[in-house]
Amino acid sequence: MHMPQRLACLSSAAAALAGAIGAFAAEVPPGTKLHPVQEIVRGNGTEPATLDPNKSEGRPESNMAVELFEGLVTLNPDGKVIPGVAEKWESREDGRVWLFTLRRTAKWSDGSPVTAHDFEYSFKRMVDPKTASQYAWYLGKACNVKNGRAIVAGKVPPSELGVKALGDHTLQITLEKPVSYLIATLSHGSLMPVPRKAIEKYGDKWTEPGNMISNGAYKLAERVVNERIVMVRNPHYWNNAKTVIDKVTFLPIVNQSAEYQRYRANGIDMTADGGVPPEQLKQIRREIPNELVTWPQLGTYCYVFNFRKKPFDDVRVRKALSLALQREVIAQKLVGTGETPAYSFTPETAEGYSPIEHDWQRWTQAKREDEARRLLAAAGYSKARPLRFELLYNTNEQHKKIALAAAWMWRRIGPVEVVLVNQEWKTFLDSRNRGDFEVSRYAWIADYNEPSTMLDLFHSQHGNNDGKYNNPQYDAIMDRAKSTLDAGERTRLYQDAERILARDFPTVNVYHYSNRHLIKPWVKGYGHNPEGRILTRDLYIVAH
Amino acid sequence: MLKLILRRLLLEALPTLLVLVTVTFFLIRLAPGGPFSSEANMPPEVMAAIAAKYRLNQPAWQQYLGYLADLARGDFGPSFKYKDFTVNDLVWAAVPVSFRLGLMAFVVAVVVGIAAGVTAALRQNSWVDYSVMGIAMIGVVLPNFVLAPVLALVFAIGLKWLPAGGWEGGKLIYVVLPVAVLCQHYISVIARITRGSMIEVLGSPFIRTARAKGLPAGYILRRHALRPALLPVISYLGPAFVGIITGSVVVETFFGIPGIGQLFVNGALNRDYPMVLGLTILIGALTIFFNAVVHILYGFIDPRIRIH
Repeated sequence: MHMPQRLACLSSAAAALAGAIGAFAAEVPPGTKLHPVQEIVRGNGTEPATLDPNKSEGRPESNMAVELFEGLVTLNPDGKVIPGVAEKWESREDGRVWLFTLRRTAKWSDGSPVTAHDFEYSFKRMVDPKTASQYAWYLGKACNVKNGRAIVAGKVPPSELGVKALGDHTLQITLEKPVSYLIATLSHGSLMPVPRKAIEKYGDKWTEPGNMISNGAYKLAERVVNERIVMVRNPHYWNNAKTVIDKVTFLPIVNQSAEYQRYRANGIDMTADGGVPPEQLKQIRREIPNELVTWPQLGTYCYVFNFRKKPFDDVRVRKALSLALQREVIAQKLVGTGETPAYSFTPETAEGYSPIEHDWQRWTQAKREDEARRLLAAAGYSKARPLRFELLYNTNEQHKKIALAAAWMWRRIGPVEVVLVNQEWKTFLDSRNRGDFEVSRYAWIADYNEPSTMLDLFHSQHGNNDGKYNNPQYDAIMDRAKSTLDAGERTRLYQDAERILARDFPTVNVYHYSNRHLIKPWVKGYGHNPEGRILTRDLYIVAH
Repeated sequence: MLKLILRRLLLEALPTLLVLVTVTFFLIRLAPGGPFSSEANMPPEVMAAIAAKYRLNQPAWQQYLGYLADLARGDFGPSFKYKDFTVNDLVWAAVPVSFRLGLMAFVVAVVVGIAAGVTAALRQNSWVDYSVMGIAMIGVVLPNFVLAPVLALVFAIGLKWLPAGGWEGGKLIYVVLPVAVLCQHYISVIARITRGSMIEVLGSPFIRTARAKGLPAGYILRRHALRPALLPVISYLGPAFVGIITGSVVVETFFGIPGIGQLFVNGALNRDYPMVLGLTILIGALTIFFNAVVHILYGFIDPRIRIH
């Protein structure tokens, strides 16, 4: 089969978007009275480790990268993948080769055109061990790009990466094995094009204001570490006519109470991801209920069992603890900012996922607890021989509250004695990586909108499988799903995977995270992107 | 004098700093978790590339010698966390901010603190004394992290007179609240020390003699009492000055001020080894320097301990 093979769903999506260019950018409804000053101040949670997209580490960095740069694809306000610099794409050779056609209007902030060579340079730079990017593994492992893994391992030079510019406006990506969700992975913040001439001229200093050239809706104007990052409209951005906000300032405020006070004093228009301090929740609900905005997030809060430590190799113990946990109480009463109780690990909102129902999900709490008691007794626990274990979490008031509640809920089913252990963040990570825990808090936020970003964690080879859960049947399903191009078939495979997890209980799933912000009533244009990304280019400020 | 300064520098300051660098260098590496550990574990080959870039793959003694060599050239090395900057970039951007904030708070603290202490001492055991010392007591026990939000609540959210945070290059309206929070503790301590020492001095024989000679009270206070009474205050001011200008973690974090305090606390949390080392050296050097300054100041105030 060497005929060019288009993936129907993707090409039709691209065609639909080509017809309605305005689908991505600030959509101001007719008749809206805009405020004369279109400037916004947003929280960013913490100081980004870098403004270099290739060296991105997580949300604080990718938040900046996607404002300043635009990748092949981007996300609309509701999180759907839409064309970015690439206006269309097609796959060949059964999904092993992808051709991206770049829009000719795409420009850098200095007015020069964005070309396929810029992407080739960026992707090769990212996997180059010399760049020392923390996401160097991404192109090889998540996207299966040819030679990605071998380059990262230092076995093959970066020039051999399966990414090649065929002229200025066509980019070819070659994969080792087809990945059904390749396009979704390409919206990642680290996969932005980077300006070769600025990097070669300024070295590590290329990200400073004045040196940086970017191709997104905004360009960097000012940066004061630990105070603010200011960006202004990029007049050369291809869709600049549709951008409304002229200037955006990001404040790296770690302390949520401090951020809240500045929000209340009108110094901030939109708090950072999760920028709703739990201590002030009551006051927020009383005084500014309409400014608390929440929607589901692709992420899960749970407790992970360490399979290397007894008795957590016994499924009866794991199941008993999972059944006894009153997730509704924790999600809705204790946390209460839009979180949903988690029965499965994958959030229901993940693209291409359809949740399974667990038999005990419909039981009353009393019945669940009875079953948990029976399981514990069967596993040999009694008053004379109670189940004793340590629950590890990173130091934080909210985690402590949840752990206390969990310990109390487990004690209700009988002979369970939980010792709470908290550690400072890096110490905690160290303990968890070394497997020095019995049961530990664990949380995962999706890298891209697809169930595999969650479910891969339980693959025996995954680097974040801290509990060392190992089920060959599970591994086989996940391996198959990755290269299954049929969407329906893939959904079924993910359900099979969740069914195995529902039998094995590698975690006690507690809740699915919510995206939550405080947003001033005059800020409009944001959608409900499950990945939480809110792009300033989609926003506008109404008269107030 | 020059000989003395040289002796202090070569025999005291440099060895002290070397011990400080050595202890900090190895101590911070003992802290669990590394600069590059994160929630998303990296594959070992990615970790190896990062370790190679930052020389973390070398044995500790080699890293240590390399660090000393860089340090001798005034290079604090790259920040492990903030990849766009070296430690020098970050520290020299933050020093003027903390210095400006600290200096203002220091001046306010010294002026108000001494004035309050003297006033209380002159009216010992009157209602003035009790109220000044009562307020000072509250100042000593009231922590920054309580005062900062309370002041922000009243003046930023309630009255809307001042911003609740930010620095904006140190514009006056952005400085008022942080200075108020930062100086309150020092005002209280200085007032208490001044009062105690002033009462002691006022009861001493040479003051009694001056009074007996019929000198005016104001003259006695300025000419005879104030100087000896300030000695204990001066010895407190040296370390206090270093403490106040090297940044208050709480004030900087709460008000979003881009100073040394934020760098220090983030450096420790992020295990940003070069950042923590650089700031430790800086603060160590400042402490040694200002202690020396205090020592010299003593001589001017009290001729009995003038350096020979």
